[in-house]
Amino acid sequence: MVSIWFFIGISLAVNGALILATGIYQLVNPPVNPGIVLFNLHANVWWGAVLLVVGLIYLFKFAPRRQT
Amino acid sequence: MMPLQSTVVPTHLVHLAPIDVVIVVFYFVLVLSIGWYLKGRANTGEDFFMAGREMTAWVAGLSFLSANLGALELMGWAGSSYQYGILATHWYWIGAIPAMLFLALVMMPFYYISKTHSVPGYLKLRFGESSRALSAVSFAFMTLLMSGVNMFAMAKVMQIVLGWDINFSIWVSSLTVAIYVALGGLRSAIFNEVLQFFLIWAGALLIPILGLYEAGGWTNLKLQIAQRASEQYVHLWSGLGSFSNNPMGIHWTGIVFGLGAVISMGYWTTDFLVVQRILAAKDIRSAEMAPVIGAGFKMLVPIIVILPGLLGLAVLPEKLVPESMAAVTGGHSYNDVLPLMLARYCGPGLLGLGVTALIAGFMSGMAGNVSAFTTVWTYDLYRPFINSKASDHHYVNMGRWTTVIGVLISVATAYLVMQFASIMDYVQALFSFFIAPLFGTVVLGMLWKRATGSGGFWGLLCGTLSSISMWTWVKVDPSALRYVALSPHAKGLAQDMYQALWSFVVCVVVTVAVSLATKPMSDGELTGLVYGLTEVPSVGDVPLYQKPLFWAAVVTVVFIVLNIIFW
Repeated sequence: MVSIWFFIGISLAVNGALILATGIYQLVNPPVNPGIVLFNLHANVWWGAVLLVVGLIYLFKFAPRRQT
Repeated sequence: MMPLQSTVVPTHLVHLAPIDVVIVVFYFVLVLSIGWYLKGRANTGEDFFMAGREMTAWVAGLSFLSANLGALELMGWAGSSYQYGILATHWYWIGAIPAMLFLALVMMPFYYISKTHSVPGYLKLRFGESSRALSAVSFAFMTLLMSGVNMFAMAKVMQIVLGWDINFSIWVSSLTVAIYVALGGLRSAIFNEVLQFFLIWAGALLIPILGLYEAGGWTNLKLQIAQRASEQYVHLWSGLGSFSNNPMGIHWTGIVFGLGAVISMGYWTTDFLVVQRILAAKDIRSAEMAPVIGAGFKMLVPIIVILPGLLGLAVLPEKLVPESMAAVTGGHSYNDVLPLMLARYCGPGLLGLGVTALIAGFMSGMAGNVSAFTTVWTYDLYRPFINSKASDHHYVNMGRWTTVIGVLISVATAYLVMQFASIMDYVQALFSFFIAPLFGTVVLGMLWKRATGSGGFWGLLCGTLSSISMWTWVKVDPSALRYVALSPHAKGLAQDMYQALWSFVVCVVVTVAVSLATKPMSDGELTGLVYGLTEVPSVGDVPLYQKPLFWAAVVTVVFIVLNIIFW
């Protein structure tokens, strides 16, 4: 059976990838008015990367073929 | 839990970019996919109602915590920390940790060994059908009401925060929950609760990280709070020597004995919504370890709930006001602090994740209530009193249909609450009537073999009636609070604590008195149900670091240290 941790991995990896991609896009094309505080820290880049990495670890570690 | 009421809807707080909508939609797709995947593993009663009793300690522990970690609570307690300061942390530390550890080490063995499917089920085994019926009816009724209240509150929040239509929010979320719980049963609800746990941390942890950066660190934050509010806002215990010395108007005796010893014990050890997750554990070691894991993470939750409220005090340009004032002035209420902080730091993508975390919190709460209701209705009311001879397949079908009907009743309740907003206060009061006496009944049942069936029933009933009486008395005559809380300086929050304390005392006294006056139960009737007549299996020959007692000790030490640090 596919474990819950694999589904967690899917969620974190997909969300991480989407947020990271958005962050990189904004880094390359900075908005005129970001509308948030501390935009210069580019939190969506490093936080998206963290989520993606953690998600990939879960996906790899708990992949169904590795559990059988 | 703080009620959310607003008669004037301000411009919504955040605006979702297309990427945020994609993230929210992805969550719904994932949740439904999990339910669909698990439908093939929910065809027996044991699978549908108890997740096959095969959950590991980590899964059971995280879902145990998540079942309580709803979005309404997150937003409400962030609002409370803005309003009252760090005192709100008590509901996460002394108001949870001792009770969770007590459940793990003292009560869980009896719940688990009795192989009961529910808390009312344990009461039936220990005290008989009348106690089970009283507990099951009250729990079933309350749970559906709570589900409806949560559903309305979620829709209201989504309207205020995102500008979504209330009907859209209610129907999309309730249909999603109905589908994935009806398909996959408790296992589906648990899987989604664990998912919610990760989403909440992923979506909310950035707020304290960026907030502390903006505020210049914890020390600077304390200075700013002292200037904007009061120095007492950052002290957990030092202001509790007197009701008038702290923002909440409470006393340390109420916190320790009312909240810590009774309310939290009542909730964490007998509320079937959370206990059901532990009953699904795969063995006794997992069942004992799961609440300990939950306790460890519960201690960390103030980072994403209390700290954002405190940071809001320091960094938000506008002053937040009570709900009633916000409704009139069009300003922002205390409960808006978490979405305001989310909007402050989270741009496209991150905002979508934060909003998804809130939605996940609401939906998990609904799913938890519905799955608990389904189990109690099917096994504690329908099977014993209506149809005791049906097949297992019949009960599973009853469970699926009850899930759908339960959700529809919750939707109806949500619309009722929309018309009569004060119902929310009454539902929360209703919940508080039962929880402390139920703890008294269950813990006496587990630890004192002289407690008889009549004692258990009358203790539970009298404790509940005493709680209702005290609440009604204060409702009719607010000055009566001085008698309930034993001080003229006590404020509203003190009522819950002292009401719980006295109703617990009434329950225990009546249980003891009636038990001593009635015929004792035989040892044969009590084997496996009470201390002294239950052989608790050992957790096995495992290393120290795998023993629940070891980790309970670690959690206890950390708990004590944290309370000293933030004294």
